[in-house]
Amino acid sequence: MAKITYIEHNKKSHDIEVSNGLTVMEGAVQNNIPDIDADCGGSCACATCHVYVDEKWFDKLPNKESAEEDMLDMAYEPNKFSRLSCQLTVSDALDGLVVKMPLKQG
Amino acid sequence: MIKTDVLVIGAGPVGLFTVHQLGIIGLKAEVVDNLDKVGGQCIELYPDKPIYDIPAIPECTGKSLTKNLLTQIKPFKTNFHLNERVQEISKEENNWKIKTNKNKIFIAPNIIIAGGVGSFEPRKFSVKGAETFENKGIFYSVKDKNFFKSKKVCIFGGGDSALDWAIELSKFAEITIVHRRNEFRGAEHSAEIARKLEKEGKIKIKTPFQIQSIEGQDKINSIIIKKEDGKAEEIKTDFVLGFFGLLMKLGPIVEWGLNLDKKTIPVDTENFQTNKKGIFAIGDICTYPGKLKLILSGFHEGALAARACFKLARPNEKYRFEFTTTSKNIQDKLGVKTID
Repeated sequence: MAKITYIEHNKKSHDIEVSNGLTVMEGAVQNNIPDIDADCGGSCACATCHVYVDEKWFDKLPNKESAEEDMLDMAYEPNKFSRLSCQLTVSDALDGLVVKMPLKQG
Repeated sequence: MIKTDVLVIGAGPVGLFTVHQLGIIGLKAEVVDNLDKVGGQCIELYPDKPIYDIPAIPECTGKSLTKNLLTQIKPFKTNFHLNERVQEISKEENNWKIKTNKNKIFIAPNIIIAGGVGSFEPRKFSVKGAETFENKGIFYSVKDKNFFKSKKVCIFGGGDSALDWAIELSKFAEITIVHRRNEFRGAEHSAEIARKLEKEGKIKIKTPFQIQSIEGQDKINSIIIKKEDGKAEEIKTDFVLGFFGLLMKLGPIVEWGLNLDKKTIPVDTENFQTNKKGIFAIGDICTYPGKLKLILSGFHEGALAARACFKLARPNEKYRFEFTTTSKNIQDKLGVKTID
């Protein structure tokens, strides 16, 4: 279990307890957090679960696979802290993670 | 005007198998899809990714699944209306009148929406002015390459479309490729050609850069691109091409008066009918308690929706359930030889 803070583009913040094994995307979708669309359902094929990971957390996450980096090309305004939340699996190590949502998904 | 028993919206795997289910019970279907090819997400998003959960097929790809489904529905000689999007629907007595964005009109008692997550639309530039210049200075596809002859063209993107067009247009236009990172995701071979052309001075490559603004009044004069550290550059250009892949949008479906739950359509699991009689939703686009977004679930949903369509298309006939293994009737429709 990890507490994840999702911050909407309008700064509204949501603290959610997400079970280990789910992805950061699933934690958002199952709890009706807006701004994460996840159109493809988590198969790393659409770039609509794009988040900006908090600076302090970015380096603590497992590296991106090339498929994720490829999909990020299609995301809305990606930057160096961009990740696809469907590719981040929740574990105790992610307790306290903060992600921010972009203005829109695509 | 085309009269049919069922209009199927979406030529993804679920739409294709539903054509089969309609065909074996003797219903004629027409299929409309906004993409330029059959296969839906399977072809557009993951043509070569292996799929492991199609019953009795241990492993296949999006491409091979589509190919096999097309073979399976071949006997029904279905018409596909590709590059076309259903725009409006209206009720006409016992039928639905369906109009596409190309003004084609269908009349059918049944509509099956197998639209996945919506129709695919190109992802666009989000900077100010991008909309104003769309189809004038900014394009998301190339219709006639000669249009760009001897012009300055900036191509955004790192995939195959961006690389292929950069290479092709560089034969007679001044090309700059702009991409957000140093690596290209397009075919390695194309990336190598692009790098070679850069060395020869035939193409400029600007990475890692993203667009910051578009300058110009009636026409584009230049664009400003920036690096993540804020360093900006101005590039004089006549045209801008953006190849950022496709986005899925529900589109005009939201205006048809169907109940919606986020981006999905709630259905009755007995027949997959929506809140409107004669309009069914199956596959990823439908929702109900326990819904799984699996291709196999979509196949089941299509089979049930097809039987429900029979009642509206053949109100005076009685539907009889039959097996493909034993029904002479079905085997005739499939054009297969029967074993006595």
